[in-house]
Amino acid sequence: MSNQSSATKRVEVRAPMSGIFYRKPAPDQPPYVEVGDMVGKKQVLALLETMKVFQKIKSPVSGKILEVVQENEVPVKDDDVLFVIDAQS
Amino acid sequence: MFSKMLIANRGEIAVRIIRACKDLGINTVAVYSEADQNSLHVRLADERRCIGPAISSKSYLNVMSILDAAKATKAEAIHPGYGYLAENGEFAQACAREGFVFIGPTPENLALAGDKINAKNIVENAGVPVIPSSRGGIGKLEEALRFSQEIGYPVMIKASGGGGGRGIRICANEEILRGEFSVAKMEARAAFGNDEVYIEKCITEPRHIEFQVLADRRGNIIHLGERECTIQRRYQKLIEESPSPRLTPPLRQTMGEMAIAAARAVKYFNAGTVEFLMDQDGRFYFMEINARIQVEHPVTELVTGVDLIKEQIRLSSGESLGYCYEDLKPRGWALECRINAEDPDKNFLPSPGIIKEYQPPGGFGVRVDTHLYQGYELPMYYDSLICKLISYDLTREGAIKIMKRALEEFTIKPIKTTIPLYLKVMDDPFFGQGIFSTHFIEKFLPEDKEERED
Repeated sequence: MSNQSSATKRVEVRAPMSGIFYRKPAPDQPPYVEVGDMVGKKQVLALLETMKVFQKIKSPVSGKILEVVQENEVPVKDDDVLFVIDAQS
Repeated sequence: MFSKMLIANRGEIAVRIIRACKDLGINTVAVYSEADQNSLHVRLADERRCIGPAISSKSYLNVMSILDAAKATKAEAIHPGYGYLAENGEFAQACAREGFVFIGPTPENLALAGDKINAKNIVENAGVPVIPSSRGGIGKLEEALRFSQEIGYPVMIKASGGGGGRGIRICANEEILRGEFSVAKMEARAAFGNDEVYIEKCITEPRHIEFQVLADRRGNIIHLGERECTIQRRYQKLIEESPSPRLTPPLRQTMGEMAIAAARAVKYFNAGTVEFLMDQDGRFYFMEINARIQVEHPVTELVTGVDLIKEQIRLSSGESLGYCYEDLKPRGWALECRINAEDPDKNFLPSPGIIKEYQPPGGFGVRVDTHLYQGYELPMYYDSLICKLISYDLTREGAIKIMKRALEEFTIKPIKTTIPLYLKVMDDPFFGQGIFSTHFIEKFLPEDKEERED
């Protein structure tokens, strides 16, 4: 990271509540993002299903996906880390 | 009558069915997922069987696992409740094949209820008014324009593969239809994998009024009056009542006859609901037959005195109806609020968690259908409906006052619920006068608009 000219920092994206974590928009489609992908602010990273309601998990920053912490279709708890992003300003 | 019943559901409806079985002297078997070990229905039943993991597709929708539980416990009948397998014709058939009585309509009824276009054709041929619609798909704009001219604007372009309010575009006039038609087709392909669309007349500011019907095996069919289910958010019912403040006795009689005609045309059996849409001028149109017991059934029970779950079981055991609507001498007014674990101040985001404080209301005219208890952990896997609060009094005004008192008394902490929203509605003068359409709730929800831009 130090060799980049622009400033970067690690940003964790956490679950806003408990739910089932989906990396894909539908079972037969590719994941929204993979490690190494560049994402824009507000870009959809995943879906979270809580009590049959789906909400979009959006990136709080622009940057590069460093880590996808959770597996597809697993239950996650409130505040669990879902993604780690290398934020770029 | 049956000696043992398996309840293939969870939550408040499983509790409701277990209680009806107890009243009838029927032993009960609860089935549950791994997330529901501590759920109230599991505690109240005489026997219990785990049928799989938390995710519904592997438990409450798992036909093999449910039938195995029925075999192992030697149940004679299976009540599906609502949702899950309730309207699954193949499940009803599998029950019959394995020698279990399915408490509900016939597999043929269920198949037809799922085939809305065919059902509309059959019901229309029986003389019941249906919403003018092209039924089949419309491929070309010219065809769409010609048909819309014929039925009159506004019209809706609906995706054949859509449902539950998705894939609908409203066109107020010809110019808008010209602009929207090809976009609607593209959108339908993207959303549903099928670009077929059809045109239906748009009823502006409608009311949703449905009739409860009961039918026995001998072909006797009666109705039990109507339910007003107009207060909705995104096609989900929130508040229901019986009777409807909109219906006059002659209109009720006509619609009741039409509901029976619709049920007769499809050779309906057991409890069902005939749904109508009503325009501002009181013209009504058949929409569909819901082939199950419905969430809002208690309001009908309170004004007619009939336990609809017991009637479902009694009719499935082969007994005859033996009475009609007029015999029941319906009386009074019932209101139901569907209390959901959702935050009405945060765009109805769900709110699972442990119920640390639970104090239900009581007193004259209050009924609480719920699976909640203090200390219960509300799982995140299932529907957010946590309680049906029902009020009853001789007048509508009285029922509203009782509902308000009950809502104020109700303590469910620390999760968020829709109780504060219902308190506002009970105070609303238009609600008080029974003047509303399906758009009523929008004025309480400014944030809904922001969500749509998302």
